Amino acid sequence: MSFKPHIRVENLNVYYGKEQALKNITVNIPDRKITAIIGPSGCGKSTLLKSFNRLLDPVDHVRISGRVFVDQEDIYDSKVDVTRIRKKMGLLSQRPYPLPMSIYDNVAYGPRLHGIRNKKTLNEIVERNLKISSIWNEVKDRLNTPASRLSIGQQQRLCLARGLAVEPEIILGDEPTSALDPKSSQRIEQRFIELKSEYTIVLVTHILRQAKRLADYVLFMYLGELVEHGSAEEIFSNPKQEMTKEYIGGTFS
Amino acid sequence: MRSFRKIKEAVATRLMAFLTVSSSLIVFFMITGLYVRSRPILSVHSLSELLFSSSWHPLRGEFGFLPFIVGTLWITGTAVVIAVPLCLFTAIYLSEYAPSRIRALFAPLIDLLAGIPSVIYGIWGLLAVVPMIKNQLAPVFGVFSTGYSILAAGIVLAIMIFPVIIHVSLEVLQSVPGEMREASLALGATSWQTVKTVVLRRARPGIIAAVVLGFSRAFGETMAVLMVAGNVARIPGSVLDPAYPLPALIANNYGEMLSVPLYDSALLLASLWLLVVILLFNVCSRLILVRVERSVL
Repeated sequence: MSFKPHIRVENLNVYYGKEQALKNITVNIPDRKITAIIGPSGCGKSTLLKSFNRLLDPVDHVRISGRVFVDQEDIYDSKVDVTRIRKKMGLLSQRPYPLPMSIYDNVAYGPRLHGIRNKKTLNEIVERNLKISSIWNEVKDRLNTPASRLSIGQQQRLCLARGLAVEPEIILGDEPTSALDPKSSQRIEQRFIELKSEYTIVLVTHILRQAKRLADYVLFMYLGELVEHGSAEEIFSNPKQEMTKEYIGGTFS
Repeated sequence: MRSFRKIKEAVATRLMAFLTVSSSLIVFFMITGLYVRSRPILSVHSLSELLFSSSWHPLRGEFGFLPFIVGTLWITGTAVVIAVPLCLFTAIYLSEYAPSRIRALFAPLIDLLAGIPSVIYGIWGLLAVVPMIKNQLAPVFGVFSTGYSILAAGIVLAIMIFPVIIHVSLEVLQSVPGEMREASLALGATSWQTVKTVVLRRARPGIIAAVVLGFSRAFGETMAVLMVAGNVARIPGSVLDPAYPLPALIANNYGEMLSVPLYDSALLLASLWLLVVILLFNVCSRLILVRVERSVL
């Protein structure tokens, strides 16, 4: 499958202290597609995802070598402005973490950071992104109540709206439905399918069926190594590596 | 034989339970005792007269505590004003910026400050802070000060409450989930923006509790303050004036002036106030901290 890459990873190695979490990863992530990173827990899926927006930087004793290009720009170059790189990507974590403020302020937080002060513009941004995340109807009458009062499924959709409000190009999801009930998970998945025409989406997931439902492109990782990657059809119907076959066949998980 | 073992077991259990209960009941016995012993003065003077009169002439039977109460509040207030910003920035640095190595080194060092006897702080205040205020600071403002002053006591006390405030704030800051910081960073916030708008907001109740705990620690501190505050029973006009805080009054006079009628009762009433205020502050901050801990889980 040939495609236009949005993120290019070249010889990426990540060490936590003495332990090597990522081993010489080289891969391209396609533009405006859903890419799923699958593999058993502890295989480095989340580490790879966090390396894309430099969220590994604050981790203690972390050492990173190799390069990651986003839009042809080496994001680990020392001259790069990290906040600008991060602004390009919205992040959804395993559990939703709404910021300790109102629903409105959660969405307006990002745009305000980047200098938008105009009340009317902010109102528009908040409304538009809450609508895209299909939570507007549930919260439009209580935008000023604390976000922590929402249900966990609503919180995750709010976090999606919050991420989209800084107008990113990429959405990173670190098992974004793992804490949600099936109905809420389904709503998040639907949002992803709608959003992929405009955004590059990278999802870490341990749910194989979710990867099958959503992914266009799949990375299979095991113990810090990228075992195999390719289009979803290839990986799911005709994996080349024995390890991938076993994982997809359910021999281990 | 077997029954003897059982008897020992039963006796030991009851004994330990008794010790546990009685040690926690001591505070109630103290309050009751202080209250009983301070009743004679309350039957002669009204509470508001004792609290709000500034005429302190025990020989004439006048016991106006206002100068001492004001002195205590000034000194404690000065200490808190000095300590809070310094402690907060220290705790923020250790929690949000410092590598874990630095945190592991400095957090225990700061805790160590809590173990220094207060008389040492007093001596340090006497030898370093008091002359500094007398010779350097007061002339800058064109006033005369002996150096024995609210400011001297405030500076010494501030350092004494550092470990309490830093330790508790650090714990509170560390209890803010890392994912919440990540959420803010991922939106393109800098570390400082994240601290200011997310971490501190989330940690606010706990930090207030830390400050209250520091305040109550400062409120009751006796020795170090007594050595540098000047102990003049007059309502102070500025931080360069001397003051006479309540704990110093009690420590200096109890046992010496007891031939004066009602003096003993007056001092025990002051002790009762101190005890009650400090207990209340402690209970409040503990309650807040328990709630903070629960919200993490």
